[in-house]
Order: sequence, then C-alpha cells, then structure tokens
Amino acid sequence: MIDARGAVHGPVHGPVHVVGEVVATKRIGGYRHLTLTAPGVPEAFRPGNFVAVSVAGHVARPLWVHRVRASSAFGPTLDVVVEARGEGTTWLAAQPVGAKVPVTGPLGRAFALPKEAVSCLLVGEGYAAAPLFPLAERLRERGCAVSLVVSAPDESRLLSALEARRSARSVTVLTADGSVGQRGTVTEHLDDLVRRSEADVVYAAGPHGVLRAAAAAAERAGAWSQVAVETDTPCGTGLCHGCPLPVVGEDGVDRVVRACAEGPVVRGDRVRWDAL
Amino acid sequence: MIARVPGPVMVAAGCGGTGRELVPYAGPGGLEGLDFVTRSITLDPRPGGAGPRLVEVPGGLVNAVGLPNPGLEHFLATELPWLVRAGAQVFVSIAGSTMGEYADLARRLSRAPGVAGLEVNVGAPDEVGARLFEVREPYHSASVIAAVRREFPADRPVLAKLRSDVSRIVEGARSCHEAGATAVVVGNAVPAAFPDGRSGGLSGPAVAPIALRCVAEVHRALPDVPVVGCGGVHDVASARAYLSAGAVAVQVGTALLHDPTTVARLRTTLAPLPQEDA
Repeated sequence: MIDARGAVHGPVHGPVHVVGEVVATKRIGGYRHLTLTAPGVPEAFRPGNFVAVSVAGHVARPLWVHRVRASSAFGPTLDVVVEARGEGTTWLAAQPVGAKVPVTGPLGRAFALPKEAVSCLLVGEGYAAAPLFPLAERLRERGCAVSLVVSAPDESRLLSALEARRSARSVTVLTADGSVGQRGTVTEHLDDLVRRSEADVVYAAGPHGVLRAAAAAAERAGAWSQVAVETDTPCGTGLCHGCPLPVVGEDGVDRVVRACAEGPVVRGDRVRWDAL
Repeated sequence: MIARVPGPVMVAAGCGGTGRELVPYAGPGGLEGLDFVTRSITLDPRPGGAGPRLVEVPGGLVNAVGLPNPGLEHFLATELPWLVRAGAQVFVSIAGSTMGEYADLARRLSRAPGVAGLEVNVGAPDEVGARLFEVREPYHSASVIAAVRREFPADRPVLAKLRSDVSRIVEGARSCHEAGATAVVVGNAVPAAFPDGRSGGLSGPAVAPIALRCVAEVHRALPDVPVVGCGGVHDVASARAYLSAGAVAVQVGTALLHDPTTVARLRTTLAPLPQEDA
C-alpha cells in the first residue's frame, strides 16, 4: 500500500514471517524433504527465492524451495530439502508431521526469466539444485526449451529428476562415482552440454565450483548465466549484512553485496569468484 | 528546546539493514514513526570484513561484520531520503577514524533534511570497528561527543553508544553526558572471540544480564542521565527489565535476525512513556 505521501506501507507481495506447519516428511537418500504450510509464502514464491526457517535458540536456517503447490489438502504448500549438517539442520530434519516452525519468506532475488521462448540449460548439484525444479516448470510455461542436468557425488545426494521429465526436453543425470546416470562431474561435461542444448541462458545452482564453471562455460558460448549462490546467510532477510558476496556492479565497480538480499541469484559474470 | 529522547522501542544500529528490508515485517503502519538507528555510517565507503561475519554461540551471536556501509555521500543521496519518506525517525549512527571525521559527519548530517538525531558509535569491539578512532578511556569518548555536539543542533538528540563494561560504564556515561550527549545507549556488543580465536563482539540474550547491570549502575549513580538499554531485548519481559532498571527506552538488535517482526510486536505492546521536555 502506498499512502498519500508516497510512503510504502508493506509491499503487496513481499515476504512474510509466519508460523508454518510440517504436513509431510520424506527421507530421500541423504536428504530430508519437508512439506510445509506457511500462509502467504507459496503464493508469493518465484523460483530462486528461498525461505528461512527459525530454529529455537538459533538464527534462521536458509532453505531452497524444491516445489510449490498452489493447492493441496492442506492449502498452498512448499517443499524444502534439508541436509542435516549441523545442530540446526539436524533439529529441522527431525521435525515430525504436525510440528510448528516459524518461516520467513519468500526471500532474495529470484531467477530472471527470459522474455522470449529461448533454449535454457539448467545445471545443478546436490540438494542446492532444488530451485531448478520450479524454475524448469516456469520456463516451460513460457515455451522455453529446457535441458536439465542434475548431478551429485553419489546417488544418495542426488535430487530425483523423475518429475522434472515433464518440464524438461532433456534430462541428464551425472554422478561422480557413476552410481546412477553417467559417470562424471558437471565441470567435465559443461561445454558439451551448453553446445548440445544450444543454450541462450545457463541457470546454475549448487556449490561454488559448479556455479563458476557454469558461468565460464556460458561466457565461452556467448550465453547469459544466472547463478544461485549459496552462502551462510545468518538472518536471510538483509538486516544483518552477514553474507558478503563480492561482485562487479553494472557500472564496472567492485562491490560487496548481501547474498540474501541482492542475491542469491545473480548474473554469473558479475561474481568475483576469487574473492568469494 | 532540549532534544527529545527517542523510544520506548528503537531499532539498534546494524540490525535493521537499510530500513527497506524491515518494511515487510513492520506491521500495517510500516516504518511510520519508528525510531530507527541506521547501521554505522563512515565518511568513506567500507566493504566490511571477510566471512564468516557472524557465528552462533549459545544465547547469542559473535560478529565481526566490520561496519559495511556505502559511505556518507551515498547514504545522503539514497538511503536517508528513502527512510525519511517512509516516515521513520532516523537516528544516524556515525563512526569515524579520527575526531575530525566524527565532526565532519555531524556537520554534514546536521544539514541533511530529516535526520532526527545522531548515535555516536564510540564503543565498538576492536575487530568490528577496525580502523576506527580508538576509544579506551572515558575522556576519549567524551571528546568525540563534544566534537559532534559542536556541529549538531542542540535541539536534536545525540546519543552516545558505549560498551557494557561494568567497571567503566558510570564514568563513561558521566563524561559523555557532560560533553553534551542527550542520552547514553548501553551497550554495544561485548568484546569476544570467534571459536577460531578471531576477535569479535558478542550480542543477544547472552549479554543481557551484563548490559542490564550497566544500565542499573548508571541509573543509580546518574539518575538525571537518560539511558537506553540495548542487549538481548527480544520480548516484552526482556524490554521491561531494562525499563524497570531505569532505562527510558530499549533498542532491539540481534532478535531481529531471528524474528524480524520483533520490533513491530514490541511497539504495539509497549506504549510510549510520558516524556517531558525536561
């Protein structure tokens, strides 16, 4: 709403801080998938956004959104993928159906979508590949030709690409140990994948090495790149300035921006990878 | 006219982003009338420290964010006008590497439209405020306050944000007040270390009892000096503890990183205290 003086009183579709509820849980490989209700969050979600789930006595845990359902038996829901790495994520992964968790979101800058129906290559590794799945759906709705690559060190850390086959023209599965799909890593196959998909845009989500390789491969092929950078974001909302992301601004000047507020999605050619 | 002391609920320096990030969680009135202390602004831009800038410890956070800010020029051109337009009562936190820088900041800000007051950051833990004017003795902070006060109109408040050091706080508060501070804010993050030994500042509920003790000491020794309590305020009870100990206002910081709606909730619960222009 905007008042007579032009002051902004709360954006219409901004993030919210609400009490959500775990309505379903699933263990898939090494990850825990949680389905949450969080009134107002799924409605405003765009692929690339993340949510912050508050853990009692801790700062919020940032989580990628794997899937959003506009309606279900529980109303609109969102799915997040949790890798139990520390105290907070272990607690979160152990939450049963019915547990109440405070959720803040959707947060951060989403993937920029092409205005025209172009070819898109989506490259992801591990649980951080999650935001590529809703992105694939959105791109397909726009008539884009989507090629999806999901990779992981091994099968237990691979997000299932089964459902993505509906939105993607081609799906490539890569594991470093060859336990499923082709053997190899994203970085080894990237140039080939960019060429075969004739990508105009490369979208990447995963560890920094994958993002950097994707940005470089896109650059070599003359394509745009959009990367979802995962860093520690203590608050997730932009308040604490605790998640420095070194970039080169539009004006060619080096800057340090907040990964949670000016990111997590940025143009791959803008990131100063060596300073990250 | 003597400057009004803000409150009873303020946003603590460095925990409200640029203000914009707080809007979605500020309630139906937005930032209208909110006493908002900006992150510390320096004359020149500062990129801030390397990561990790914050780590969790039981009961709080250790930070060495390093005062990232776009510098005074950019702040005056973009962030300040936005905050003023949003209706916030803007208290600009200032930090300088020399006494002259503090005076420059105060002079420039005294001419900027919409600045409700200043908060002088004179007690930042070493790593947090790397390359800042070193304040070790109460007369250091007092001379900074005096330099700022000379450049800033007397009818607008200048707050001195001090470190919660119980052995020095009364002396520090007295000398800052004598040097012209409208109120003292107690306190800044407590000097601490990251698990890897790097220096930083501890904030959050873990420091509340320390800050509360300091507030009580200052109020007992200097009942005429307005004190703003800051440290671990996260709900009505923790805010009331400071107010009962003699604070005229509280600042909310670290709690916003856990729950960004904290300020909105406290503002609706804690009605403004009656204040005379004493």
